[in-house]
Amino acid sequence: MSNVSCPECAAEITLAENMEIGEIIVCPDCGVDLEVTALEPATVQLAPMEEEDWGE
Amino acid sequence: MQPRLKIGVLFSRVRVEEKWIFGALEKRGIDYDRLDDRAIHFDLNHPEPWQQYDAVLERSISYNSGLYALRLLNAFGVPTVNTAQVAEICGDKLMTSAALARDGIPQPHNATAFTPEAALEAIEAFGYPVVLKPVVGSWGRLLAKINDRDAAEAVLEHKSTLGSVQHSVFYIQEYIEKPGRDIRAIVIGDCVLTAMYRKSDHWITNTARGGEGELCPITPEIEDLCMRAAKSVGGGVLAVDLVEHPEKGLVVNEINHTMEFHTMQPVSGIDIAGEIVEYAVSIAREKV
Repeated sequence: MSNVSCPECAAEITLAENMEIGEIIVCPDCGVDLEVTALEPATVQLAPMEEEDWGE
Repeated sequence: MQPRLKIGVLFSRVRVEEKWIFGALEKRGIDYDRLDDRAIHFDLNHPEPWQQYDAVLERSISYNSGLYALRLLNAFGVPTVNTAQVAEICGDKLMTSAALARDGIPQPHNATAFTPEAALEAIEAFGYPVVLKPVVGSWGRLLAKINDRDAAEAVLEHKSTLGSVQHSVFYIQEYIEKPGRDIRAIVIGDCVLTAMYRKSDHWITNTARGGEGELCPITPEIEDLCMRAAKSVGGGVLAVDLVEHPEKGLVVNEINHTMEFHTMQPVSGIDIAGEIVEYAVSIAREKV
């Protein structure tokens, strides 16, 4: 497991072991969507906001 | 011995569906590449990098990115799931309605107009309440239930003034008193795999808007309607959304071509991701 810091509120977040690059997690403190952009070292960035043509 | 296939999976973010799909590919020992649609580019003079794939499974979260990628891949001769033609029809509610109308498949009463004035005339002919939807949109976004003329005038003005040009294609649909739910069915190839009720007290029942899932038995009527609807838009890996109309019975509301299934897979107990991968492999084998 690895730890990252939320770029929005600096909360420390523990990533689960089976995290994938491109996966979205929610900061447990501030609720913002974060995207896992790298592993080793684990890195998260604010996830892109929903666009008008997103969906199924 | 069958040749070793190579599959590409086009994606935007790794949702639980993509995780399941990647897992299903790995479990089957299938050689695949993850293609982030935010990082790729297509050089139309050099299709070779794309032609290495025996099939590409499109799982873009963006309708436009996914659709243009499919168009180019199909132009390069790369089979895709789904095809660009299917994506084009399913991603646009008006195109879907036109296909269903062409094939005599029951759907809600729909109308369209291109100016607020003409749309208002059509809405007044429907009577209130009535529903306005963007022709391209998902997850229950920007749906409007219009209860009277004042609301119609306001929403039409807002759409035509504030929206992109696409919002001036006014898609008008009868409001249906649903029994607190609608039905989503997964159709892969020529099989209706599973179906689920999406229940909500709100008139918008998308699970993205809080609708809850419950298994729905696949009756012969549901199966027949779903198969006809899937065939009407070109077939593939589809989520057909049905509504139980109080007078007309089952009608097809819309069809999704890059469906999410994080609720349906656990509710149904069916390995939908595995079935999608099997279908993609079958498409790839047709090419090879």
